[in-house]
Amino acid sequence: MDTMRDRLAPVLTRLLDEDPRVAVVLAEIGKDGFTEAMRDHPDRVINVGIREQLLVGAGAGLALAGLRPVVHTFASFLVERPFEQIKLDFGHQGVGGVLVSAAASYDWPAGGFTHMSPGDVALLDTLDGWTVHVPGHPDEAEALLRHAVAAGDDKVYVRLSVQANEQALAVDGARFLPVREGRSGVVVAVGPMLDQVLAATEGLDVSVLYATTVRPFDEEALRRAVGAGPSADVVIVEPYLAGTSTSAVNDALADLPHRVLGLGVGRRELRRYGTVEEHTAAHGLDAASLRGRITGFLGERTRAGVVS
Amino acid sequence: MTTTTEPAYDYADLPRLMGRMTGAEKHGPAATSTLDALWVLYDRVLDVTPERMDDPGRDRFLLSKGHGPMAYYAVLAAKGFLPVEWLEDFGSYDSPLGHHPDRVLVPGAEIGSGSLGHGLPLAVGTALGLKARGQSEARVWVLVGDAEMDEGSNHEAVAYAGPAGLERLHVLVIDNASASYARPGGIAARFEAAGWSAETVDGRDHEALYAAFTAPHPGRPRVVVARVEPKEYAGEPKSA
Repeated sequence: MDTMRDRLAPVLTRLLDEDPRVAVVLAEIGKDGFTEAMRDHPDRVINVGIREQLLVGAGAGLALAGLRPVVHTFASFLVERPFEQIKLDFGHQGVGGVLVSAAASYDWPAGGFTHMSPGDVALLDTLDGWTVHVPGHPDEAEALLRHAVAAGDDKVYVRLSVQANEQALAVDGARFLPVREGRSGVVVAVGPMLDQVLAATEGLDVSVLYATTVRPFDEEALRRAVGAGPSADVVIVEPYLAGTSTSAVNDALADLPHRVLGLGVGRRELRRYGTVEEHTAAHGLDAASLRGRITGFLGERTRAGVVS
Repeated sequence: MTTTTEPAYDYADLPRLMGRMTGAEKHGPAATSTLDALWVLYDRVLDVTPERMDDPGRDRFLLSKGHGPMAYYAVLAAKGFLPVEWLEDFGSYDSPLGHHPDRVLVPGAEIGSGSLGHGLPLAVGTALGLKARGQSEARVWVLVGDAEMDEGSNHEAVAYAGPAGLERLHVLVIDNASASYARPGGIAARFEAAGWSAETVDGRDHEALYAAFTAPHPGRPRVVVARVEPKEYAGEPKSA
């Protein structure tokens, strides 16, 4: 299977052809895919060199001039290093744009912590008005990239990862999808975590919701999945910093007694290299670990529906 | 948005207009350091009017050094971008005019600024965007302080814009010698090394400023370093 990032240049190349408002800004990383687009649209495919503050500032400047900028590099250098540029050059100026990251939380474990960004979505949560797409499959990445570019002057973050589910689902850039129904709790699986969550909850009497657009948070879908009961138990499994969306779940269920367990990437730096799978296990996000943590939280009643 | 047309103000009126803003004396020297350069730009160089703020072909002026914006507000008021009456409430809760400007609130302001090192990268993007949109006449000006050039983001922008040949881009550096570490060779030399057209002039001399602002510089971005008297105090951290 190709990766989400493999789709980036082909999709944007088509959008550059279709829409004269679209511009792409790069800082060396990812430029090889844009060779043809750079030749066809030299004024709208811009490589600023290894300059991430300029990358984001220039992207916002393009928006000030009326274009729809798509700004791409690794998440560490896109969201963390030039964070004030995101806050001020887009947010405070009141202009929009599309930020597309790669490398995610630990896509390149052998590269070490400098290229890991588990905190990107939590950082964007400190700002107002960002839509956040976390696709779980290359097909979904393609669909969500198109949604992001077409979203008027909205501020949109698209988080691409090499971690992916086997099957793509029909995501619409807004809603959570109900994937499984049960009575003893709701598990929200974000993007690439779906396969692990489905394996972890196999045979359990729980509902599973699939979220690929996490901001704004689909409160209605969560309320529907929780049902009319007097209380609710919710687990949210995210491929970035554990607990990032816990407050969003709390807000959605503010008028209902509820418990929330936020699972995701741990805050502690592992200082380990190795493989994606090894890091997934180390953060307790493999199917077996998830099953233990989910059943431990929800209790024995989750097994009520199990047919042995 | 309320704007005033046909203003009847001249350079001589600016001190009086600035006098209407009270409660921010600490910004005084930072504000007056920019006054002459701003006036010459808005009076004789920039192709922009209050009525044309929605025109994609207008010239853009980006105040990056948002500290001490009194001279900026006074010039915008004198040129009819904002009502003179607004100056009275400068900095109050109900005033659109803060001690750093907000483009969403201030008619005529192209960017909101305060944190240093943002205007020049934004100007680079704006110049690129105008080029991509075929607005071949529109020029982009950005005003920065000499100490603001300490910010790494500005170095990124200077190093990129020269070799990229962004000839619509203009930087105005107000040099009141406020950087803690003076640049060996001077500010203009840094830009020249990156391929810019550069000139240093007396920031109080209107004719010298005008000549420097309008000198041709085909294929290269342009920087004008306007030297003014050194700042008299060091009251505010990062006051540029």
